Amino acid sequence: MSGHNEHTSVDKHDHVPSYGKNVMIWLVLVALTALTVTVASVNLGDYTFFVAMLIASIKAMLVINIFMHIKYDDILMKGILVACGFIFMVIFVIYSFDLFNTYTG
Amino acid sequence: MSTTSVDAHEHSNNHAGHGYGDNEKLYVHFHRDDYGSKFGMWLFLFTEVLLFGGLFVLYYGYRIAYPHDYHNAAMELNIVMGAINTLVLLTSSLTMVLSIVALRRESIKTSLFYLIVTFGFGATFCVNKYFEWSAKIHHGIYPGSMELRETRPAGEVVFFGLYYLMTGLHTFHVIVGMVVMVFCFVFIRTGTINSNKYIVLENAGLYWHLVDLIWIFLFPLFYLLH
Repeated sequence: MSGHNEHTSVDKHDHVPSYGKNVMIWLVLVALTALTVTVASVNLGDYTFFVAMLIASIKAMLVINIFMHIKYDDILMKGILVACGFIFMVIFVIYSFDLFNTYTG
Repeated sequence: MSTTSVDAHEHSNNHAGHGYGDNEKLYVHFHRDDYGSKFGMWLFLFTEVLLFGGLFVLYYGYRIAYPHDYHNAAMELNIVMGAINTLVLLTSSLTMVLSIVALRRESIKTSLFYLIVTFGFGATFCVNKYFEWSAKIHHGIYPGSMELRETRPAGEVVFFGLYYLMTGLHTFHVIVGMVVMVFCFVFIRTGTINSNKYIVLENAGLYWHLVDLIWIFLFPLFYLLH
């Protein structure tokens, strides 16, 4: 409508994430919470731990990617996250296996 | 005129990649690096992950050593309470995002509203935690209690020790997040944080989401695995 406002409104639509998508992600997160609570009452034996951690990891990925905005960040920000995540995983997994062998081996 | 334009070029060298054009000579220069600010926040968050990660490994180690004690101890925790707190934190993460979205769309009042709601959810979490801990303490279950030392097996003592340590440290993070929100609220009111300069609120949001992330793992590990 008015000439001098046009530029700013175009700018906003370029970068601003929408309300709707975040609400959708929230609904998925709530559904996953309901799922993990339901699954907990079913006896899955050895898989119980694995399934609970799998659902928690999916939830974590959603929060990191959408809520924490990493999906829309540039390659450097993504790269440092993946690199640190990988190093942490290596440390924690190796240490966990070590503990496992110490107590059960 | 020529001196100003030289100045502008010198400054823009420090900000390679920010895309300042010739227009910069029109603006007063001040130092601001949103990207670096966000990067620094992420680095801090990684140290938080290390802190909690170490505790998770500790939890896992004793879980292998005392599977049955962990199993029995987890039965005593209130799943409903834990699930409610999960929903509270997930929803607070959403309202935090919505506060940032609203601010970037220049609806200051909506942004402040969502920030207050987020603060409210944080407070709700703490109140729930208070009742939960009170109930446990009332039953004589707390680190170093007679009940734990004399009647419970070692694995349960460790489980409840880690329960208090990890959920306590987490709740401390929630409180810190709430304090940060108070500052954000004031800064939005004074206009220090605005639709063009929202990195502080964004970083506060990142911190709050990390707190949510940690709870996403704490909840199944302590409440659900029985």
